[in-house]
Amino acid sequence: MSKKEIKLLMDQSKKGRKSINLPEIGVKKSDLPDKKFLRSELILPEISQLDLIRYFTNLSSLNYSIDTNFYPLGSCTMKYNPKINEQIASYEGYAKSHPNQTEENIQGSLKIIFELQEELGEITGLPGVSLAPLAGAQGEYAGLLIAREYQKINVMNEKSVALIPDSAHGTNPASASMAGLESVTVKTTKEGDIDIDDLRSKANEKTSVLMLTLPSTLGLFERNILEITEIVHKAGGLVYADGANLNALLGITRFGDLGIDICHSNLHKTFSTPHGGGGPGSGPVMVTKQLSKYLPSPHIIKENSKYKIVSPENSIGRINGFFGSFGIILRAYVYIRSLGIEGLKEISENAIINANYIQEKLKGHYDLASSRHCMHETVLSANKQKLNGVKALDIAKKLLDEGFHAPTMYFPLIVEEALMIEPTETESKETIDDFIETMIKISSLASNDPEKITSAPKNLPVGRLDEAQAARNPILTWKQ
Amino acid sequence: MMEIPNELSYSKDHEWVKIEGNIATIGITYHASDSLGDVVYVDVITSRDNLNQFDKFGEIESVKAVSDLYLPLGGKIMEINEDLNNNPQYINDDCYNKGWIIKLEVNNLDEMKNLLNAEEYKKNLE
Amino acid sequence: MKQKASPYIPTTNEDQFQMLKEIGVNSFHDLLNDLPQNYIWPNIKLKEMLSEPELTEYFKETSKLNNVVNTNTSFLGAGAYNHYVPSTVQAMIQRGEFLTSYTPYQPEASQGTLQVGFEFQSLVSQLFEMEVCNAGMYDGPTALAEGALMACRIKNNDKIIVHESVSERFLEILKSYTKWQNIDILKFNEVNFSEDTEYACLLVQSPNYLGEIEDVESLSNLIHKKNGLLVQHTYPTSLGLLKPPGKLNADISTAEGQSLGVPLSLGGPYIGILTCKKEFIRQLPGRIIGKTVDENGKTAYALTLQTREQHIRRERATSNICTSTQLIGLMVAVYLATLGPLGLKKISEICYHRAHYLSKEISKISGFKIISKNFFNEFVIEVPIDPKIINEFLLKNKIEGGLDVSKNKQNFLMFAVTELNTPEEINRTIEILKKV
Repeated sequence: MSKKEIKLLMDQSKKGRKSINLPEIGVKKSDLPDKKFLRSELILPEISQLDLIRYFTNLSSLNYSIDTNFYPLGSCTMKYNPKINEQIASYEGYAKSHPNQTEENIQGSLKIIFELQEELGEITGLPGVSLAPLAGAQGEYAGLLIAREYQKINVMNEKSVALIPDSAHGTNPASASMAGLESVTVKTTKEGDIDIDDLRSKANEKTSVLMLTLPSTLGLFERNILEITEIVHKAGGLVYADGANLNALLGITRFGDLGIDICHSNLHKTFSTPHGGGGPGSGPVMVTKQLSKYLPSPHIIKENSKYKIVSPENSIGRINGFFGSFGIILRAYVYIRSLGIEGLKEISENAIINANYIQEKLKGHYDLASSRHCMHETVLSANKQKLNGVKALDIAKKLLDEGFHAPTMYFPLIVEEALMIEPTETESKETIDDFIETMIKISSLASNDPEKITSAPKNLPVGRLDEAQAARNPILTWKQ
Repeated sequence: MMEIPNELSYSKDHEWVKIEGNIATIGITYHASDSLGDVVYVDVITSRDNLNQFDKFGEIESVKAVSDLYLPLGGKIMEINEDLNNNPQYINDDCYNKGWIIKLEVNNLDEMKNLLNAEEYKKNLE
Repeated sequence: MKQKASPYIPTTNEDQFQMLKEIGVNSFHDLLNDLPQNYIWPNIKLKEMLSEPELTEYFKETSKLNNVVNTNTSFLGAGAYNHYVPSTVQAMIQRGEFLTSYTPYQPEASQGTLQVGFEFQSLVSQLFEMEVCNAGMYDGPTALAEGALMACRIKNNDKIIVHESVSERFLEILKSYTKWQNIDILKFNEVNFSEDTEYACLLVQSPNYLGEIEDVESLSNLIHKKNGLLVQHTYPTSLGLLKPPGKLNADISTAEGQSLGVPLSLGGPYIGILTCKKEFIRQLPGRIIGKTVDENGKTAYALTLQTREQHIRRERATSNICTSTQLIGLMVAVYLATLGPLGLKKISEICYHRAHYLSKEISKISGFKIISKNFFNEFVIEVPIDPKIINEFLLKNKIEGGLDVSKNKQNFLMFAVTELNTPEEINRTIEILKKV
């Protein structure tokens, strides 16, 4: 990794250079619009093709990525992204299909969407599936719109509350606000389950939904799940499962069987599509048969061996421009077909074994958020290390120095100095052992030589950043 | 070091108050600024209406946290510390002087009875 | 030795046995004690697993069910455009260091992604002549909806006016985004601007959904008098030729970024562009990358103003958006750098002149009448017969025709022309239309 500063494109620009040859206009020119509609000046970089390729390639080398490093990043499921997914997504027949083509001319792409709908319905036990949502948070929002539309049509208009556990991801309350619901927090017990008494006291006729992450963000399976879904249903509400952690449940249990009404899944987590440095994602929403007439538009059905674009009877309408993140949908479907149900079961089995193995090996060195067996991720706390002045943040930075991406820090919010570790199923025992060893080494450094940790990172392209300065005086463009 | 000047009054929400006549100068305590971390932005509502004691009057942001500001006394906001726009770090560096946030015309000084003195505030933190 | 079904799991059966032993359980099943035992190991029926050669075969065959004609003979547009994707763009997104990295929450290990994001913000701001830009939204229409919501927060006003230039589809998405937030969506021609009422914003699309260039400047004057903001949705490729939103006094400007180097791919993944004046950055949703220094004073980039976002502000966040479209932002940044100012201007001019040439030639054919007046590269033609029949006839000749935009029993077709529609194919299309 280069430590040299890489100049911005505009600072490398020189008049007279270019990267591409373009065709001539080739037809008789027409009059241009009135001058008041025309642009007078356009400033963009002028770069040679080699300099451009070198620039972006050198920048790429400053990144950690799954292709180069282990990411034990809890709640993010940073698993290997198979190359066959990328190859197939580049097939011309898919890449060049236009979203406004008529139904009969895009039967191939519609078939992909339909078949993935079917597979996800089967995997989650919730047969009404829409692949329209463009990311997990949009899937959540679509799910809440479905709940609200259902409750409106069935004249349950007093519903105004989303019950959300204190361990939830921030998108849950943010989505609830967009859907006009007030977020009411439900407590988590010391053992890491939802506080049933607290839930009972808060579930009432105002409850629109309970938004539940399963397994929870503590990496634990909710032991009272059947009782919880019953309490919410009896109060007249629906149960929404945030499927961010679906990687723990493939083939093991199904949301639909547990009394859950609506869920979403992040294809860029469980189903191996690349994170791309923060998107694009895809966040399908799955619902019970009863709720499927509220799914977003467009929806794909199969009729007489033809694929059709329809709008469900009581659809919540469009939530984005076209059919969803088709390129991502395609990759996820390739992944599922490359594994079948046997392969999918292995995912969760090995993800869970890997996480428990790490938990077991580190429990003597770090505090655990819970001593129960975890699912696909384990939450540690650096409380012990903090006594020596070493915070979760410092441990994260030291791990970066050692060639591992940092775990998720300070989340869930209910665990002090949280370090959330999700190894996924695609890391080998050797890599995991190496990680464990490094974590143990850091813990002993924390007592013997804490300065070595608090001064990290030293081996990366940059040291710790002045983030306060970035926020106090935001510089967001080259021109500024 | 936990600075809690004796001459000021405090709310449980970690605001301090200095009274001069019927004008109250208000800021956040050292404890509050320390737990927030590097303050990057202070946003005070522009309303010139009469506000009640403990009403929200703004927000204060650090790099990775945001916290509500509550009025320790009811009244009208007369002045906002404009220096904080460019120097929000005053709240970290000098929260009781350069880091003041608003000046308030107080409605009713009797509301002071709902506030804590330095000794009580210190106890409250423990 | 038995292997796993999955080619992506390195754990051998021996490893697995060892690990379970270390965990202190006899079998994997012992790790599932917290689950309701009546509901585990359900019977799930999925399609059969395919080997890698079988996968390529299956998906190749399925792709052939799409009727994708040669790209130089498609005239479909309406929100997604058939532009050339340069080789540089293809090469860069294949780099695993970009493709398989995570959201740059750890800036020391993500300077590549962060600097690229900063380039995206810079280059897009320059193209739009707007002061700032975020690192990307999901797609164009959701960016427009978020832009409108942003205006409501800035103005503390819940009235949005939508100009007739805005596509019906965008309006539908706006409604999905505002449905439960007590926001009034008003139609432009039903608003009485002589009344005292103030509004959050006026949304205008230019070039509009039928390709027409709107007088945005007049509209921004009008809404500014009502203390509202002007939100312009635009088509980025047109900005090589047309006056940018910043120069039209737009306060917020949004766009579908697909035309800047992103494949059509049946409508996604694309990228929503959301730009605004600097004074509004605290109400701008989504990720924002800022320039700062590290502890040694070296220039470095980081996510900034994160307190706006859901992971900190939760129910009071500016939006619920989390995962966005960083990789597509990379494509756009490489695209704009590849084209440069002259390249983008040229693409824009090719689109304009070829479209105008085609429209003129079509309107010479008897029964065909041009409806559009002041358009960029997309125009509406009144046709003598059912547009479906025309399109079927064109398709038989390997030409993907225009979009059927018929209204009130009038037969309308909308054609979009880009640099990929060669003069030869344009002439051939004209000849074939003559035979309809």
